[in-house]
Amino acid sequence: MSEREPILKVRDISVDFSIPAGGLFGGRKVLRAVKNVSFDLYQGETLGIVGESGCGKSTLSRAVIRMLEPTSGQSIWMGHDIQKMSVKELVALRKDIQMIFQDPLASLNPRMTAGAIIGEPLLIHYSEIGKVERLARVIAMMEKVGLTADMINRYPHEFSGGQCQRIGIARALITNPKLIVCDEAVSALDVSIRAQVINLLMDLQKELGISLLFISHDIAVVRHIAQRVMVLYFGEVVEMGDAEQVVMDPQHDYTKKLIASVPVPDPKVEMERRELRRRLRKAAA
Amino acid sequence: MAGLTGKDAVLTEYARKLETLDAPKGRSLTQDATRRMVRNKAAVVSVGVVLFIILFAFLGPYFLPWTYDKIDWSGIRKPPNFEAGHFAGTDQNGRDMLARIMQGTQMSLIVAMVATMVSVVIGVVYGAVAGYFGGRVDAVMMRFVDIMYALPYILFVIILVVIFGRNPVLLFVGIGCLEWLTMARIVRGQTLSIKEREFVEAARASGASSWAIIFRHIVPNLSGPVVIYATLTIPEIILTESFLSYLGLGVQEPQTSLGTLISFGAPVAETLPWMLIGPAVVLVSLLLCLTYIGDGLRDALDPKDR
Repeated sequence: MSEREPILKVRDISVDFSIPAGGLFGGRKVLRAVKNVSFDLYQGETLGIVGESGCGKSTLSRAVIRMLEPTSGQSIWMGHDIQKMSVKELVALRKDIQMIFQDPLASLNPRMTAGAIIGEPLLIHYSEIGKVERLARVIAMMEKVGLTADMINRYPHEFSGGQCQRIGIARALITNPKLIVCDEAVSALDVSIRAQVINLLMDLQKELGISLLFISHDIAVVRHIAQRVMVLYFGEVVEMGDAEQVVMDPQHDYTKKLIASVPVPDPKVEMERRELRRRLRKAAA
Repeated sequence: MAGLTGKDAVLTEYARKLETLDAPKGRSLTQDATRRMVRNKAAVVSVGVVLFIILFAFLGPYFLPWTYDKIDWSGIRKPPNFEAGHFAGTDQNGRDMLARIMQGTQMSLIVAMVATMVSVVIGVVYGAVAGYFGGRVDAVMMRFVDIMYALPYILFVIILVVIFGRNPVLLFVGIGCLEWLTMARIVRGQTLSIKEREFVEAARASGASSWAIIFRHIVPNLSGPVVIYATLTIPEIILTESFLSYLGLGVQEPQTSLGTLISFGAPVAETLPWMLIGPAVVLVSLLLCLTYIGDGLRDALDPKDR
């Protein structure tokens, strides 16, 4: 990662939600879910976004790529502001920025076969290629993510969770995107499969030079996959920096708390952790 | 297209693989539902009976010596007489009852099919569009449905008949155009829940257009409630048609329908019972079977919702 222009520059993104203030005639009040977040993302890099549930991680990622409309701010994708793009430009953008979702099964249409699901982005962005080429690409991609070609006609409910997530990854990769937003992509998987899927993502990233925006509540996972980490707390960035550095030497109390909450399979370390957590609680009180 | 992924040379290899690929067909949700449906005895028997009634109505007339509009001057108001070929008797005008029942069943079935199809097509598209776009579009579209609901449909049919004359096709379309209201509401409700599912967001993230999402992702997932409601609409439409025919707004003589036959048979049930029993048996068994099929489909398509 040299000192090139970042492929994605995010400046002061804020998202407000209008929620009922309570009571029948209470009117509505504004909830600021994301507050003035800025970051850069370089090609081939992984930026981890961590924070507890409800802190605005998913909202931020969706606002950046305009899956929902932010209240203010810019996100500049290779020189063009995504927030100012027309519908047509946005459709073209979806080819370059894809997403992987949290729930592997729910993110696949139960009425479509694996082949149809993986091939759908091709149908949208490369409608001119024929059926044979599309299927050939689908099979190539399935093998790349560790599925076999004979699974092409199976339906999502016939796959395991890990296989479903591989289908999701194949779907995201088939248009050859430059950025993939992984929204809690491995949280719903159990530990052994989670490691497989993370390693698959890292291998594919190395091979294809994609950037990843990796959202997770689990700082241990983020440390493993990401070069840089952004810690979000109630919609605000409390800490951002090199992944190892943030984990080894956290500056903000909230980051310390997050790190202390990761379980360690070693009773001795766990005791020290408990001690640390107690101290942090006392400091906060 | 060339150079999209830079693997085009490799791709031909996969294309070749594709030709020899032996990919077993997966078990789709529809196949699952069919399997559950086949296990439901009442529903299977009902399907058989309905198929029999359809064959009876459409093929039966070819095996009868009398047609539905031919008058037998020697047999007026006669009970079943096998020698003369009147297996279910004759009516006041000397027309063969069995032939008339077959013709009436045909008419009722066609009305039901056409009207149901019209209502399914309009209702699904309308409901899915309202539900998917939401907000103001949804509010306007659904208020229109509310207004239509509030107007008595019989008024509509009378206006249609007055304007266009008594034409059975018009009647089918007219009934269908009114039956779609409930379908639209059901579909809208389902769409509201489906559009929040992750696979719809995934499709949006891949750049699919709103129409592609509605027709590729939402409508196929609606098939359960739609099929169930459609089967339950068929009996409703048959009854509506009977009612309209009873009022004289339905099919025209000498053509007939189950409703018309019953309305002629009811007043003379004591003296000429065969005029009522025949059409009544067909109508009741048809409605009963369709209800059982609807129930069976509901159980088969929504296994959780038993």
